[in-house]
Amino acid sequence: MNLEELKKIREKAQKDVELRQKQARVRIVVGMGTSGIAAGARDVLKTFVEEVGKRNLSDVVVTQTGEKGLASQEPMVEVFEEDKPVVVYGNMDSEKAKRVVVEHVVNGHPVSEFAI
Amino acid sequence: MMEDISSHIMDIAMNSVSAGAQRIRVAVEKDPRTAMLSLTITDDGVGMDQETLQKVQDPFFSTKTGRKVGLGIPLLKGTAETTGGSFEMTSAKGAGTTIRATFDCRHPDLPPLGKIRDTFLVLVVSHPEVDFDLRYSVDGRSFELDTEELKRELDGVPVNHPEVISFLGKYLDEHL
Repeated sequence: MNLEELKKIREKAQKDVELRQKQARVRIVVGMGTSGIAAGARDVLKTFVEEVGKRNLSDVVVTQTGEKGLASQEPMVEVFEEDKPVVVYGNMDSEKAKRVVVEHVVNGHPVSEFAI
Repeated sequence: MMEDISSHIMDIAMNSVSAGAQRIRVAVEKDPRTAMLSLTITDDGVGMDQETLQKVQDPFFSTKTGRKVGLGIPLLKGTAETTGGSFEMTSAKGAGTTIRATFDCRHPDLPPLGKIRDTFLVLVVSHPEVDFDLRYSVDGRSFELDTEELKRELDGVPVNHPEVISFLGKYLDEHL
């Protein structure tokens, strides 16, 4: 592990850590039960995680949960925004996840065609 | 069905997270002499009594009980046993759980390893509160990451910070 690089990251990131300790602006929750994983939920989760990294979305948190109880529509994703109703997306894949990041998480417009 | 071994790892490690584990060790190792691949996942979660331990390995029992652990354990057991390997699960209440599966890499039905890199990345960054000790040693590629050390170096910066996510992604790409 490159400690020099880690040190740089630490210095750069410490500034907005305080910000994140309050509630994140957006929370993305991916259903990662057995059936979700079998349906490809890991790729969806990975895409969200990497988009957050790439776009430096420091006010967005990506996390995972167990079975969502709607196995026929997995992979499933919930997007929680402050003061807004939760949006649930079904039958997700990596490409759809990228669109949700751009249109919903960044620009604030839920992608109604993927919502269930 | 799980597409590959890395998806099994994802699923079993999720059970550990659900069991309240603080620290999860995942080791994927291939013995070059015997061509046996071994997967070991150890957690310090709540564990289970002997009766539950038997039940979670039984696919027919599990569907009727509405229990928290899904079909993932019997699926992994099935994959290991039908590809000339073995499966062993040990646990005790309050003492965590260990699952060890082996696979014969020469068996034609052995699923591919898949994207171990993605499994490791999403585990670490989507559960910042859990420590992962990840080890991989297959066909001359080897990798070790203990997030407890990583977090010490990060000194308060969370592992799911965008900068850290990008760093980890690159780090995994270089080593896996």
